[in-house]
Amino acid sequence: MSSPANPILSLRNVGKTFDVQDRHIEALRGANLEVARGEFVCLIGASGCGKSTLLRIVAGFEPASTGEALMWGMPINGPDPTRGMVFQDYGLFPWLTVRDNIGFGPTSRGRPAREVKETVSHFIDLVGLGRFADVYPHQLSGGMKQRVAIARVLANEAEIVLMDEPFGALDAMTRERLQDELLELWERTKLTVLFVTHSIEEAIFLSGRVIVMSPGPGRIDNDITIELPRPRDVSASDFNELRRSLSTKLHSHHAKVAA
Amino acid sequence: MSAVADQATTRGAASPPRRRTVFEGRRLREPALALILPAALLIGWHLATAGKAYSLIPPPSQVALAFYDLAFGGIRDDFFSATLLSHVVASVSRVYGGFILAVIVALPLGLMIGRIPTVRQMFDPMLQILRPIPVTAWLPLAMIIFGIGPKSAIFLVFLGAFYPILINTVFGVRSVEPRLFEAASMLGCTGSAQFAKVVLPAALPAIFTGLRLGLGFAWMIIVIGEMTGVSTGLGAIIMEARQLSRTEIVICGMIAIGIAGFISDRIILMVGRRLLSWNPNHV
Repeated sequence: MSSPANPILSLRNVGKTFDVQDRHIEALRGANLEVARGEFVCLIGASGCGKSTLLRIVAGFEPASTGEALMWGMPINGPDPTRGMVFQDYGLFPWLTVRDNIGFGPTSRGRPAREVKETVSHFIDLVGLGRFADVYPHQLSGGMKQRVAIARVLANEAEIVLMDEPFGALDAMTRERLQDELLELWERTKLTVLFVTHSIEEAIFLSGRVIVMSPGPGRIDNDITIELPRPRDVSASDFNELRRSLSTKLHSHHAKVAA
Repeated sequence: MSAVADQATTRGAASPPRRRTVFEGRRLREPALALILPAALLIGWHLATAGKAYSLIPPPSQVALAFYDLAFGGIRDDFFSATLLSHVVASVSRVYGGFILAVIVALPLGLMIGRIPTVRQMFDPMLQILRPIPVTAWLPLAMIIFGIGPKSAIFLVFLGAFYPILINTVFGVRSVEPRLFEAASMLGCTGSAQFAKVVLPAALPAIFTGLRLGLGFAWMIIVIGEMTGVSTGLGAIIMEARQLSRTEIVICGMIAIGIAGFISDRIILMVGRRLLSWNPNHV
């Protein structure tokens, strides 16, 4: 388990309960997590394990009910451009072209128009959407939309990219391509990525660390460092070994819940 | 004969004149369909009224002449001759005056009612009680408050256009996807800045529906609005002509309002199409 000296992100005993009508629903309990700058961390677990809740607390969309969430040692209260979110359903502004969607953040933060223009064209090229710069989101495929969503947070100088099952709605081929592209971006830009997924393979393929979570109430169970050399081969034997051991860890919790 | 026709179709690309006629035929089909009902109405009207000595409704030919006289004069040269333009201008200014006033009030109010719970709790109950009161019921009060003249007409048009704009704006704001607010705030657009950058554009399709309905209502209300004793306006000549039993002028006024309302609607539709070109559901 790594414990970086100066973590970009630290969660201390973070818990979350939702009040739905007259019931308390404990979505997350006692989550402790530290992420160093430049790490690629995946959160994995069955539905209801609190992985999305954890991500939303880090994003600042939900306040923690207990404990504290810190970025660079400062409490997180509310969304902030330093923590960019990539949603599974893209969350693009349908009335803006690709160019203007990517420029939305910098423009909102009052960057001068010329600077915005340069930033935008840089990131449009980075995600390979040059030909689609003036197209509206509804004219794009799912994979292209997600590229816009990624470019949008990068163009806004996000230090951490939070991704909530970003490739979950895409077909297998597109998903693999975007995984490769994301890794390339991560290696090139030295981003910090916190990535929620329910696919074991995706977690092992992408991340340097896999955080295994389990439901009822949602909590962190395991923190596994993945030391396979990159680029990783999903059909290699050591990859499969990891996959098997992670799968056992995940399923042991299912057994517990069932019992 | 059929062999020739077959040959012509197989050589379709090489015979542009034939293709063009097919294309034009298709393009003319829509207006032709749209004209069937008015033509039938005109014929029915003519058959029912022409040549009857004591018809209370004048035949179309008489209305057409009256319309010409109303527009350009030179036939009867009476009280109504060559006055159409001034009436149209008067009505248009009142319709758009009341309508623009309604937009100025209803649009920001609707954005706030839809987005800010305190504003909603404050305004919604009163607006819901006022809403069922028909515009006609406001007429006596309007005349007391605003006097006899265009102000009353503008007020009534305002009332008529206000609710459709308000209700559609509120609906549009309430149905903005919550995800978009999250996206905006994590990109650094928070608080009241979201009104202009998220709420307004996202609600625009619904707002445009409201504007269209509102402008339509404005043209319906104008006749009532111009019953308040103004001397110009399409509503005013209808009332005036009715008192003088000049039914052909009444019908001319109706036709003029119909055409003016139609043109208004086309204009707003064109603006809407331009502003909403991003929306796949908006044609």
